[in-house]
Amino acid sequence: MKINVYLYIFVMAFATWLMRVAASLIMKKPVRNRFFQSFLYYVPYVTLAVMTFPAIVEATQSPIAGAAALIVCITAAWFGQGLFPVAVLGCATVLILEFFL
Amino acid sequence: MEKGRDVFMQGYRHGIPIGLGYFAVAFSLGIAARDYGFSALQGFFASLITYASAGQYMGFALYATNTTLAELVLLMFIINARYILMGFALNQRMPEGTPLSTRLLVGSCITDEIFGITIARPGIPTPYYTFGALIAAVPMWALGTALGISMGNILPARIVSALSVALFGMFIAVIIPPARRDKAVLGAVAVSFALSYASVRLPVISGLSQGNRTILLTVIIASVFAALFPRETGEASEGGEVYED
Repeated sequence: MKINVYLYIFVMAFATWLMRVAASLIMKKPVRNRFFQSFLYYVPYVTLAVMTFPAIVEATQSPIAGAAALIVCITAAWFGQGLFPVAVLGCATVLILEFFL
Repeated sequence: MEKGRDVFMQGYRHGIPIGLGYFAVAFSLGIAARDYGFSALQGFFASLITYASAGQYMGFALYATNTTLAELVLLMFIINARYILMGFALNQRMPEGTPLSTRLLVGSCITDEIFGITIARPGIPTPYYTFGALIAAVPMWALGTALGISMGNILPARIVSALSVALFGMFIAVIIPPARRDKAVLGAVAVSFALSYASVRLPVISGLSQGNRTILLTVIIASVFAALFPRETGEASEGGEVYED
């Protein structure tokens, strides 16, 4: 028998939420261990970098447009552009390039 | 002292490019969800309360196979395990005595993207900021899912293609400024790009889901860099990288 779809969705959401708040339930103060601190310092940059490449090249219709967007975004961010301008420049690059490719 | 309303609005502004990216991704999620038998309303509801991309893909697919709830919970634990790490990184920045309610509210907002902008923001993570971002981004995620289910391919593929880059552009804007200032971060980003590229092609690892590959690579690379280039004690808890508002 099929599980009620709304019950299924609720359980999916609840299980996901538990992962989000697991650390909040356990941690009472910052951990002093130097390795753990260093590890957590690198985590966000590594996670976001892993998720960005090669996914950005595979997300677009033309891999060339995705690669170009990657270069444009890195350059713009390197020279101090913020979140929104970098995102818009990336989208514009793909839109323009895929018009020709 | 930062005003709650201003911080909320800042979070909201930063959540807009995330929402654009979500919309594009959710649209393709919706197309998949329809194949697995979900209605637009069910998809909207699921995305509104779950807001987890890889997890929802797997959850929708599993539903079509007449699974049990226990299997569903186990799968969600595995595929979303990276949220635990992200939760630790955020809580590490909160001083002792931070109320549990604050910790829970910040944790509840964790998505890959909202975590990214929250950890990049200077100072102590605050629910005002994370909820601002969540309220800008998650409705787009839910709307994209519902439209993907109900309309399929009505949005021109070129537009979806361009929008899907918004998310990655934002990630890049988060990781590049600190990489420019700190050679160790630059190295970590370069190694991450290279190993991530390799892992899609290597046997065994390429067989893992994207979420599991991400967490595996994160634990390995961050551990190696923490061992080779440890931070001065205390520095990590100050954290926060200043970026243009």
